[in-house]
Amino acid sequence: MTDISEAFVTALHLLVSFDPNLIEIVGLSLRVSLSAVALAVLIGLPVGAALALFKFPGKNAIVVFVNALMGLPPVVVGLVVYLMLSRAGPLGVFGLLFTPGAMIAAQAILVTPIVAALTRQVVADLWVEYSEQMRSMGAGPVSAIPALLYDARFTLVTAILAGFGRASAEVGAVMIVGGNIDHVTRVMTTAIALEVSKGDLALALGLGIVLITISLGINAATYTVKQRAEAVWT
Amino acid sequence: MNDATPRATTADASMSRTARASIMPLRVEDVSFDAGGKRLVDHVSFELAAGPRTFILGPNGAGKSLTLRLCHGLLTPSTGRVVWEGASPNEDPLKRQAMVFQRPVLLRRTVAQNIDYALKLHNVPPADRPGVVDDVLNRTGLARFAKSPARHLSGGEQQKLALARAWATKPEVLFLDEPTASLDPAATHAVENIIDTMHGEGTRIVMTTHDLAQAKRHADEVIFIYAGRVLEKTPADEFFSSPRSGEAAAFLEGELRW
Repeated sequence: MTDISEAFVTALHLLVSFDPNLIEIVGLSLRVSLSAVALAVLIGLPVGAALALFKFPGKNAIVVFVNALMGLPPVVVGLVVYLMLSRAGPLGVFGLLFTPGAMIAAQAILVTPIVAALTRQVVADLWVEYSEQMRSMGAGPVSAIPALLYDARFTLVTAILAGFGRASAEVGAVMIVGGNIDHVTRVMTTAIALEVSKGDLALALGLGIVLITISLGINAATYTVKQRAEAVWT
Repeated sequence: MNDATPRATTADASMSRTARASIMPLRVEDVSFDAGGKRLVDHVSFELAAGPRTFILGPNGAGKSLTLRLCHGLLTPSTGRVVWEGASPNEDPLKRQAMVFQRPVLLRRTVAQNIDYALKLHNVPPADRPGVVDDVLNRTGLARFAKSPARHLSGGEQQKLALARAWATKPEVLFLDEPTASLDPAATHAVENIIDTMHGEGTRIVMTTHDLAQAKRHADEVIFIYAGRVLEKTPADEFFSSPRSGEAAAFLEGELRW
């Protein structure tokens, strides 16, 4: 019990003193996760909207598949990305393995299905409401996609937040493709795993507090903005 | 409502309606529409020429709204065809029509942005759009709401906005599906004024309504539909004074059940 109390005190000290090591890890974590979410948004939003609006053979099977991908095991994604980026792999020439780039790629693969699947549902629901009016105005599915994504913007924030939650909490994939190299690829989750295994609970706890605080902060801020915006626009 | 003389901005962006041949007449040829194993529109045929205001009347479930959607191209006939005789083979006649629904569907944007979006879909150059938007907002009395969220408007104002959005694109034909069904008398009057003004400027009006007084005030001709079939297509005066079918007579007496 004393150990835990001491760990808490030390963790708080690390936080309030802006410990450089901790700041570096937090900074890289945010860079990796936000970049992965940005990539996932670029791919997932149009893909999800297209799945909602277009009719084609096998669509239902693809929707089920994308939904299933939301539960992709991170370690399996890490392994696949590792194999792709390793020297013998098809993308080995880029030399990305054990770099933040590889971690971003792995997290983007994990987050994209979440963004796409949730976007598909949101856009499909909105299309039920808008369909007749938009077709009457001459909008086909292609020209309707940007408008639907824009009008669903506040709901889609939730999808993006879900993706960020997945990326920031994920440890298996980034551990495999990043290698948890100090000052290079060490992020909050891999650092926590390492420090716990070393018995250094203070740093692990400090990182854990930061991780939860960032997640809570981003969600609270987004929720507040979303609520206010929805009150005005919907 | 400000029924001022059309301003240059609207005329300039009128998609050259006057310069192009009319897409009228509209020929509905032996059109049927089935859904859920039922025939909802049953071998309907009629022709609409340019000019008069046509009101489609009939009891609930008769197939009025479906007929309107089939004419507008939102539904595909199960059999038969809808032909815009004047439309050239290379153009989409839908682009020269508009439809206003009973419950206006407004985008989650400002009042002005709702109209701007319709203009964008009609390929009106960005530089021309603000002028057209201002013009229709002024003419529908919505100018003070230009920057307000569209969904904050009252029911009557929302329907006026739906009309303004249609008006901005200068449709040659305007389909209206019970546009005043849920409006109070003042809002109904305002909406009717806008429709009249549009008609006065050359837009062909095709409208469904349950309000017989409204139909008497505004209709030039009536199409009476019952059980998915067109029973009458007659001048409005004639329809209201001496309906030809027993069903229409019963409908006007309020005795026809659907």
